Amino acid sequence: MEKTIDKTGVKIGMWIFLYSEVILFGGLFVLYAVYFHNFPEDFALGGKELNRIFGTANTLVLLISSFTVAASITAIQQRKKGLAIGFLVFSLLCGVTFLVNKYFEWGAKFHHDLYPNSDRLLDSDPGFNIFFGLYYTITGLHGLHVIIGMVLLAISLVLIARDKISAERYAMLENSGLYWHLVDLIWIFVFPLFYLVL
Amino acid sequence: MEQVKSFYETPSPAGLTGIKAWLLTHDHKRLALMYLWAVFFWLVLAMFLGLALRLELMFIGETIMPPEIYNSIFTLHGVIMIFLFVIPAIPAIFGNFFLPIQIGADDVFFPRLNLFSWYLYMIGGLVAVISLFTGDGFADTGWTFYVPFSVSTETNVSLTVMAAFILGMSSMLTGLNFVTTVHRMRVKGMGWLQIPLFTWSLYATAWVQILATPVGSITLVLVVLERFLNIGLFDPDKGGDPLLYQHLFWMYSHPAVYIMILPGMGVISEIIPVFSRKAIFGYKGIVVSSMAIAIAGSLVWAHHMYTSGMSDVSVFVFSLLTFLVAIPTAVKVFSWISTMYKGSILMTPPLLLSLIFIYLFSVGGLTGLVLGAAGTDIHVHDTQFIVAHFHFTMFGGTGFAFFAALHYWWPKMFGIMYNFKKAYIASILITVGFIFHYIPMFILGLQGMPRRYYDYLPQFETGNFLAGFGGILMVVGMVLMFTNLWASFRVRVKASSDPWGGVTLEWKVPSPPPLHNFVEEPKVLDYPYDFSEVLKGAANSKG
Repeated sequence: MEKTIDKTGVKIGMWIFLYSEVILFGGLFVLYAVYFHNFPEDFALGGKELNRIFGTANTLVLLISSFTVAASITAIQQRKKGLAIGFLVFSLLCGVTFLVNKYFEWGAKFHHDLYPNSDRLLDSDPGFNIFFGLYYTITGLHGLHVIIGMVLLAISLVLIARDKISAERYAMLENSGLYWHLVDLIWIFVFPLFYLVL
Repeated sequence: MEQVKSFYETPSPAGLTGIKAWLLTHDHKRLALMYLWAVFFWLVLAMFLGLALRLELMFIGETIMPPEIYNSIFTLHGVIMIFLFVIPAIPAIFGNFFLPIQIGADDVFFPRLNLFSWYLYMIGGLVAVISLFTGDGFADTGWTFYVPFSVSTETNVSLTVMAAFILGMSSMLTGLNFVTTVHRMRVKGMGWLQIPLFTWSLYATAWVQILATPVGSITLVLVVLERFLNIGLFDPDKGGDPLLYQHLFWMYSHPAVYIMILPGMGVISEIIPVFSRKAIFGYKGIVVSSMAIAIAGSLVWAHHMYTSGMSDVSVFVFSLLTFLVAIPTAVKVFSWISTMYKGSILMTPPLLLSLIFIYLFSVGGLTGLVLGAAGTDIHVHDTQFIVAHFHFTMFGGTGFAFFAALHYWWPKMFGIMYNFKKAYIASILITVGFIFHYIPMFILGLQGMPRRYYDYLPQFETGNFLAGFGGILMVVGMVLMFTNLWASFRVRVKASSDPWGGVTLEWKVPSPPPLHNFVEEPKVLDYPYDFSEVLKGAANSKG
């Protein structure tokens, strides 16, 4: 029984999966909400420790990469294979930039003696410790998702190069793109919650 | 119709032979059978673990095991029964096998994802086994992994929690697959109100799986993080709140009990009308109540925490919501009973098991209200009463629905019929054992015997002895039931394509079904439980 691919169905499946990812982070945001309610002052103090320039730069990097991923899908639809590959390579570079930034950011925090069970955190107010506990948990899990997203984009890239993804069949690229947008979207929430918390 | 090759003879993808035809298959029916044997293994193992626990409790003092082992065994019994048996049993086995057939499809929407889910299930089970033999012994926290104990205990909690995480993923992906399948693959002419009730219940379940499982996953990830990094998110010394763990945990795990029971209710909704030869009473009522249970059941999690130090307002709200869940549940029970009223009842093992389900599950449901009421809950909280209550729902409910489903669909899955007499005897043995086993626990709980305790005061001796005795009887019954089913492979009494007179689509295809399920284009009834043709056929054959 040969069947035509039901694109709507594939999309439904992907959207449900994305939804489950949102719920996964939702659990962490619940923790954030409760602890923010408990310790608003400590959270404000914690937010001041974070580097807003780094954070803003990373937000921009992700937003731009989201655009280029979307652009590569349009390029594939218009049968411009080279352009699509170019956009994807650029998006991957954005992902790398994000992770490198994150690495330096975390490194700076470690340098300032701000990491789980560091002396400074153990001696400070409980809320301050919780703020950084959540910071590492949420940005860490988000970083993991960035890596997963990059792997998906890289797979799509290889498939485009081998002509397995074409103007007729691009569900894999589209779904990887959706996943990448999700990673971006979660960051859009993470950024103000930690960096702009006053 | 009988000449068609069954799916056993036609591997998918084509060309695979031997063990590969199973391990690499995309066929939902083969995957269902692979789940069946794996689930069956865990069920038998956890059943004997449970028996060991009750044998230990039959007499005061050490009977067969020391206290540390006892703690690990009740954790293991819980983890296996919840994550490896009750949650996957009905959806993964019967759902996989019959959901596509009931809606007239040739497979689930994502067949490869389905295979992947099976591997996740096996890997999860394997990780649980590894955690038994590595580190400092199996987790001794109980299946709830409550902090702070789960973070501070020396035993191998991390690996056990990872196993639960992987199994959760497997169950969620199965749910995703089912939702997409129901939306996109129904045969032409099958509207939402022509879908059989078993499929409806799986659809409701699948949404709960998708909604709730990620919360459970992240909670378990946090336990592992706490164990390795000691961040302090649940540690009051470091500003954390242990109560939050309980909230997050039950936000998943309470909806999970509806993941466990809804498919069971779906099975009963299939069986009762078939053997009453009468359209199900209140088809729409049952559909709506499935969805209502799925929604309301997601909002009652904190009724596990009345004594944990929540505010009185929360206790009040969650108690009220808990009572609301009883309404759709009762709608179902009344619908089943009304279906049988003035029906033309044909007694068979699946019907007997369904009747036992209704009785035992009602007891479980009503004692649930005792626990849902904040006042009485304070008295029986964390006692044997709780243990009896959830075994009445999970085992008396889902367990018996699982047995009923086995006996109902066995001829379809394997094309053979089992011995009725032995099936009746086994069912009755299990039921009598069940009542002897769990009723004493209700009384012990009311008298104040805590759950999960290794030893007890002399006044609890009679009850515990009786419970142990009932447990033995129950296990004997279950062994008899399984050997009876097993024996059907050797005797091989051939079953026809519709041995019961069912009208849903799975009874319109050969037993066992061919690879693509349907020999001819499936015809959808305007109303999924219309028995007029079956009754006409019976009248003609009489004469």
